[in-house]
Amino acid sequence: MKAITGSLRQPKYLYLLIPSVLLLIWIFIYYNLQNITDFIIYDVFSMQKENHLTSAVWFFLFEVPKVMLLLTLIVFFVGIIRTFFSPERTRKILEGKPLFAGNVLAGLLGIVTPFCSCSAIPLFLGFVEAGIPLGVTFSFLIAAPMINEVAVVLLFGLFGWKTALLYTSTGLLIAISAGWLIGKLKAEKYIESWVLEMKSGNTEYHEEKIPFHTRIEKGFTAVKEIVGKVWIYIILGIAVGAGVHGYVPENFMASLMGKSAWWSVPLSIIIGVPLYSNAAGIIPIVQALLEKGASLGTSLAFMMSVIGLSLPEMIILKKVLKLPMIIIFVSVVAIGIMIVGYIFNWVY
Amino acid sequence: MLVKILGTGCAKCKKLEEKVKEVASKNNISAEFQKVSEIQDIMQYKIMMTPGLVINEKVKSTGVIPNDETILQWLKEG
Repeated sequence: MKAITGSLRQPKYLYLLIPSVLLLIWIFIYYNLQNITDFIIYDVFSMQKENHLTSAVWFFLFEVPKVMLLLTLIVFFVGIIRTFFSPERTRKILEGKPLFAGNVLAGLLGIVTPFCSCSAIPLFLGFVEAGIPLGVTFSFLIAAPMINEVAVVLLFGLFGWKTALLYTSTGLLIAISAGWLIGKLKAEKYIESWVLEMKSGNTEYHEEKIPFHTRIEKGFTAVKEIVGKVWIYIILGIAVGAGVHGYVPENFMASLMGKSAWWSVPLSIIIGVPLYSNAAGIIPIVQALLEKGASLGTSLAFMMSVIGLSLPEMIILKKVLKLPMIIIFVSVVAIGIMIVGYIFNWVY
Repeated sequence: MLVKILGTGCAKCKKLEEKVKEVASKNNISAEFQKVSEIQDIMQYKIMMTPGLVINEKVKSTGVIPNDETILQWLKEG
């Protein structure tokens, strides 16, 4: 397979200069966001402080550029990182690794490998073909959609680095353990037979040399594609968040999603699993819920269920996995999420 | 020249098909287009990401929508 290297369209130095200049502009705007928002709200529009509407609008005006800036930055860099990890290379790395190490690696690689639901099957089949154990493949399939850069960036932007890190590490833990567990269940009999017949062991891999300028281009392309796809959900989500922030009384959510409601964790997972949303839409809403008394564990559980397990993906996987397998898959992951949810409710 | 678009039907696959057809017609390149959507057939090409672009039975790209110039070059080579 030929790499898409493309011809050099600008002089080489521009590929370093332009991103650097943009980065400086980015830093300047980002660190002045609060001042800019204050200026617009209080000076230009002369809105009254301590007022519901002002509160909501301030939140919206501050959070939208903040989140968009963060997203653009991270997507750009992850786009570049991804040029180092094609699915073919991931597969090569995972081939022949002993079980548990394979699960760990698969989880980590799932984070940096691009993933869209429709690619679930080709990826799955590609791994099976290379003889990669089922459990390892599942670790990958769990980590890839759940821990994507949009989710992590939003968590970082709205909740801070600790939450982002927490989400990533617990997600990884779930991916590794669930995958390992599923592997132990000897689930081969639940794969559609035609898939197993595919095992050929003939997976060649040619390392493509990708030039620097192409990597930069891929970064910009990633921004255009991902931010272009997701920006409207972010705006909608933050709008909802702003409304909740400004108008819903404190502790309103505490009774429904608070710590004392022990059933809130399983309930939020049951609601979250069939819902299909990308991270961009769901997280700003989760932030608002959190602010109004929902507990961290329940919110995290909800978020992971929505992003990590999606009905469309299960429908697609149905073509290669028999129904018992899909049920096992969803249950193991859901239980993992539930455990995480309870631990967080307990700790926080 | 036989151009195949491999994909299970997501938006990206449709976009790729439209784009390749557009580039071909804009440059007066004639080609036969086929859409491959059955997963068993797609896997014959051993790709790991959809959409896949196959020209004269050679896989040219997977998982991305290449830019117009690249597509044009491949069509010309075909």
